[in-house]
Amino acid sequence: MLTIDRETHDAIVAHARRDHPDEACGVVAGPIGSDVPARFIPMLNAAMSPTFYEFDSGDLLKLYREMDDNDEEPVVIYHSHTSTEAYPSRTDIALASEPGAHYVLVSTRDGAHEEGAPIDFRSFRIVDGEVTEEEVRVVERYTTGTTPDEKAEV
Amino acid sequence: MAIEVRIPTILRTYTDGERAVEAKGDTVAGLIDDLESRHDGIKERLLENGEARRFVNIYVNDEDIRFTGGLQTALSDGDTVVILPAVAGGAR
Repeated sequence: MLTIDRETHDAIVAHARRDHPDEACGVVAGPIGSDVPARFIPMLNAAMSPTFYEFDSGDLLKLYREMDDNDEEPVVIYHSHTSTEAYPSRTDIALASEPGAHYVLVSTRDGAHEEGAPIDFRSFRIVDGEVTEEEVRVVERYTTGTTPDEKAEV
Repeated sequence: MAIEVRIPTILRTYTDGERAVEAKGDTVAGLIDDLESRHDGIKERLLENGEARRFVNIYVNDEDIRFTGGLQTALSDGDTVVILPAVAGGAR
């Protein structure tokens, strides 16, 4: 199960809507081993494509260095599909390289990119090519582990 | 000639869980052969038909080797090599 706070959930949705019809992508980092998505980090989709996303290689290195320095790991790796369902594609599965992460998919198809429209927000584990969907629980805030200060970059 | 190589989570099965290992080589290609000699199978995860894989990024001193000569990028003592799988995907 993915437990995520409302503010981070909404930030992911807003990013997906903003970049529609291109795919949006990013990470929510958290303390290693905590399973708490604490620090929202929207990334540039270097592919700038409606059917593909890729972190810029320089940005990727910077991100991993930063997480290393902060003893963080990618708790959530998110991206949007803009004309298909919020389910990992074959490409998503083939390229998934963080077995410990929650892979979040948001679909902005069928008008879901409009502010206020219902939007699919789903989470998956992708391990060794196998996809397992999991429940998403949105909480108003984490009671432990995070403080407003840690969300300074939201 | 010792070069530190940072290993991503997904490849730590080849390094007994180590986050970083030491290796040697005059070029990235040589370094990968040296890694393979102690971490059997890792080369296949980095190269495809003798070329660096499209969705694996290799950096020497923070520079992506795609911009510095690819596998022929020269290495010297004290360099740092980072391997990171691309974060990529999409509906396509």
